[in-house]
Amino acid sequence: MSEIREVIIKTDKLATDKYQVNMGPQHPSTHGVLRLLVTLEGEKVLNVQPHSGYIHSGIEKMCEAISYPQIIHLTDRMDYLSAHMNNEAVALCVENALQVEVPDRVKYIRTIMDELARLASHQLWWCVFGMDLGALTTFFYGLRDREHILDIFEETCGARMTVSYSTPGGLMFDIHPNFQKRVKDFIKYFRTKLPEYDKLLSGNVILRERTEGIGHLSYKDAIDFGVTGPSGRASGFSCDVRKHNPYSAYPFVKFNEILDHRCDTLARYEVRILEMYESLNIIEQLIDNIPEGDYAVKMKGVLKLPEGEFYQRVETARGEFGVFIVSDGKKNPYRVKFRSPGFSNLFALNNMTKGHKIADLVAIMSTLDLIIPDIDR
Amino acid sequence: MKSFIEYIVSIFKGVWTLLVGMKVTAKYFFTPWNNVTQQYPENRDTLVMFDRFRGEVIMPHTENNEHLCTGCGICELNCPNGSIEIISKSIITPEGKKKRIIDQHIYHLGMCTLCNLCVKACPTGAIVMGQKFEHAVWDRALLTKVLNQPGSKIAEGVKE
Repeated sequence: MSEIREVIIKTDKLATDKYQVNMGPQHPSTHGVLRLLVTLEGEKVLNVQPHSGYIHSGIEKMCEAISYPQIIHLTDRMDYLSAHMNNEAVALCVENALQVEVPDRVKYIRTIMDELARLASHQLWWCVFGMDLGALTTFFYGLRDREHILDIFEETCGARMTVSYSTPGGLMFDIHPNFQKRVKDFIKYFRTKLPEYDKLLSGNVILRERTEGIGHLSYKDAIDFGVTGPSGRASGFSCDVRKHNPYSAYPFVKFNEILDHRCDTLARYEVRILEMYESLNIIEQLIDNIPEGDYAVKMKGVLKLPEGEFYQRVETARGEFGVFIVSDGKKNPYRVKFRSPGFSNLFALNNMTKGHKIADLVAIMSTLDLIIPDIDR
Repeated sequence: MKSFIEYIVSIFKGVWTLLVGMKVTAKYFFTPWNNVTQQYPENRDTLVMFDRFRGEVIMPHTENNEHLCTGCGICELNCPNGSIEIISKSIITPEGKKKRIIDQHIYHLGMCTLCNLCVKACPTGAIVMGQKFEHAVWDRALLTKVLNQPGSKIAEGVKE
């Protein structure tokens, strides 16, 4: 104590020293078991070192021991908020390898489900983002609206989050007879609620003060780190796989890729809000035009991929998700690699937070929308 | 002077944005019929799950204690994590033929990820997904279940 006092007397200001703090693995605002080793000087962040692997579940290794249809249920558990897109990525990869063409009905339903999942994910992100900045109300409002989507999933897919709905060759079930009516009701309902999000949080002076100019990620850095999804698009990096490499029913719909060139936390926030409007537009274009037909192609009992390497990428709610399968002609893959968006996005964090306050670190991390099982796999 | 006026204006603008947000919360405060919360443990009697909801794997039996399972083991092959074990036994039919039938269809609910692959693969539709979701038990061993009831037999007319 006396030493500090001496320093204060000598230098006439508060003594500061570099010190390291562990944020996580059990910190509530890390959205999971993520450990950040933060080097601080006073309140200023000098360095952020993410340590991942606390819930590493070895999914890639497990995939080597099971057959292709069984991989689907593991991908649910990586990025559990984009379960539909993850399922679809594996299903598309296997279908491309076997050169199976699925009916248009399957493509339409998959796309609608993707967009519903994206909406649900962005709703959850919105409410958690508000909560990270201290606005608890948003948490309840976001979850209230998300419940409608989860009910749609539960009715058609049989589960709320771990849906396992897309399978190689089609879908697990046909859509429920109530599906179209429910989705239309939801769109009507959510179109009245989405402006409330803006009123409640987007215009809020506290949110704007805390996000404007914070966490700058330049266009070049976004590409260097491979930051994709809404976080990358907020830096002006046009990386929407739906637009550049369309799959399923995305070639049939018109939608805008939301780009923002402000590169800060507010830009990432607004890109996601605008994406929710785009998702509603996409669903509206598809929901009345689901073609008649089979919901699945008849596949063989045991799927064997031809020898070779196959890659398929899709756009999840967090960015580009890729599945890389190396097959040696057996019923199990020789090697499976998942390119998960969360992993690349996380490691841009150090670059974005340098020089900001520790409270801003929470806000910046929240706009990256990290899902920890997606990072650790 | 100009910056001072801007400063004062920004304060009022800031307060205004807060009031706009408060209007939304006040609207829900005074319209409690918009609440969507379910009183869960109290509404158990009226709570109906969706018919496709995957709560557990069950094997329906008829009143005569008959099921549709032939003990072929396809569900066991399709299960990604070994939640299903089929123990079969061989019997001698009245015609004098040897036949393998199901002895115990063991289902580990604690390991099951409810992926629906077994139900989808079952050739006779013997197992289906049940809607029960309250699975908490005091002992982990209670999560291992035998799906075919004791003394049950296969229904007549099921193709092998």
